[in-house]
Amino acid sequence: MSGESQAQVNRLVEHLFRHQAGQMLAILTRFFGLENLDLAEDVVQEALLQAMRQWPFGGVPDNPRAWLIQVAKNKALDILRRNASLQRIQSEMLQRLEELQSTHVAQDPFDIDQIPDEQLAMIFACCHPDLSKEVRVALTLKAVSGFSVPEIARAFLSEPTTIAQRLVRAKRRLRESGIKLAMPMSDEMAARLDSVLQVLYLLYNEGYTAHSGEDLVRHDLCAEAIRLARLLTTRPATDTPAVHALLALFYLQATRLPTRVDGDGNLLLLVDQDRSQWDQALLHRGLRHLDRCADGDQLTEYHLQAGIAAIHATSATFEDTDWPALLNLYERLLCLAPSPVVALNRAIAESMVDGPVAGLRSLEKLSAEPSMKSYYLLPAVEADLLRRLGRTSEAADCYRLALGRPCSEPERRFLLGRLQALF
Amino acid sequence: MPKFMLILHQTPGAYDKLSPEEMQQTFQRYQSWVDGIKTSGRYVVSDKLKEEGGKLVSRSSGQVTVTDGPFSEAKEVVGGYFTLRAADYNEAVALVKECPFLECGTISIRQTDPMGCGDE
Repeated sequence: MSGESQAQVNRLVEHLFRHQAGQMLAILTRFFGLENLDLAEDVVQEALLQAMRQWPFGGVPDNPRAWLIQVAKNKALDILRRNASLQRIQSEMLQRLEELQSTHVAQDPFDIDQIPDEQLAMIFACCHPDLSKEVRVALTLKAVSGFSVPEIARAFLSEPTTIAQRLVRAKRRLRESGIKLAMPMSDEMAARLDSVLQVLYLLYNEGYTAHSGEDLVRHDLCAEAIRLARLLTTRPATDTPAVHALLALFYLQATRLPTRVDGDGNLLLLVDQDRSQWDQALLHRGLRHLDRCADGDQLTEYHLQAGIAAIHATSATFEDTDWPALLNLYERLLCLAPSPVVALNRAIAESMVDGPVAGLRSLEKLSAEPSMKSYYLLPAVEADLLRRLGRTSEAADCYRLALGRPCSEPERRFLLGRLQALF
Repeated sequence: MPKFMLILHQTPGAYDKLSPEEMQQTFQRYQSWVDGIKTSGRYVVSDKLKEEGGKLVSRSSGQVTVTDGPFSEAKEVVGGYFTLRAADYNEAVALVKECPFLECGTISIRQTDPMGCGDE
């Protein structure tokens, strides 16, 4: 009988490879330069592959992160030795990697204070305003979060070839525009940070937007947006009230994640959700960040959205919801960041304060908006207000109109259910 | 209990396109399999083999020659081996059927023959 049968087994932290990929890529890119992002990506991929091929035989090393960095270092040095134009950076790189290996990674890998500066710089590079919004999102997921092209495609319900092309364009743009892997200077920090927050907001929304809820990759987007926002809070320069407002919004929205669909994957409206199932731990985190975001005199749209989410998350019942406060927040949001979707939400709050007729009047103004022409929610909300007024046949027409517009399968089932319930 | 050697032939590049998350999941399935072997007391030894192909030593007409691998046009390379204990081939095969390595290669099983009679 083998004496190793009871050998201590090291376990991997969840998502270790993915998060470690992002960190190693950032560190290697500092040396290879953003123009050689592909090279750094290859090194990271090879290091992870080696771990995957080797560890089954010998077990997980005591410090998997240090092991991975060691392997990446050796592979990177091989490349540097072979490439004369890169040789000057060899000793500097060696020193930095050794530093990371000995001090940094001996700690808990998810201790947020252990995040290397390079990774923060990488977030800023990927979210550079010179890149288009869709490119920023894809590049951040790839280079910071360690998602693969097919995973990004799945998360955005898009084709892998589309995402791959987007990334090729992104890398070309990085090379051509001479964007450097560095933290923004203080005079441009505010604008650059805005661009980062916008990307995180998009990431979160994409993951949160009600779909079947079965695809874990989409759920991962929410977790990733939260993780990256938390990374920002680890440095004084990026630990701003707006970041806390965004985190508050993320956590407060996430409290409802488990109750947004029923056992059969059907959408549940706020009024029908089981509030006892809302995640209290997330609620407390959200409220803590809501406190923090009130520091200073900055008021962003994230502050207002977090305030709205907090009202919902802290109302004991649907009937207890403070609708006048919500209406007020939506009105301020509409001034700060006007959009038809915000106006639509404002009209819903208005209908709860001043009645469905007032809500319908506001919706009417919206119907002329080009972006609302194919948006199913406008007629769906209209239908609900008409239903509340007892105008059943008009409500039915509106539900039918909504059903004719693009929406996801659970949304379609939901509308169909509401339509049938009218009669 | 008889010993069996599992020789893992991997298809080069089989994992190359995996995402970091998929690699970790694949590895963790693999690790669970190894854990099972260990906790049931079947594990004897395992090693990963270097992938550079090794060396082949041969002698003909008194002349020893050493050749660098790989030695064939094989589409697979031996990635490593496990030695474990099982009652018989049936049981060894049953264990191997559960091995996640089969997602990216093949496994050959050979019983050791320490006494020339297939048992210890």
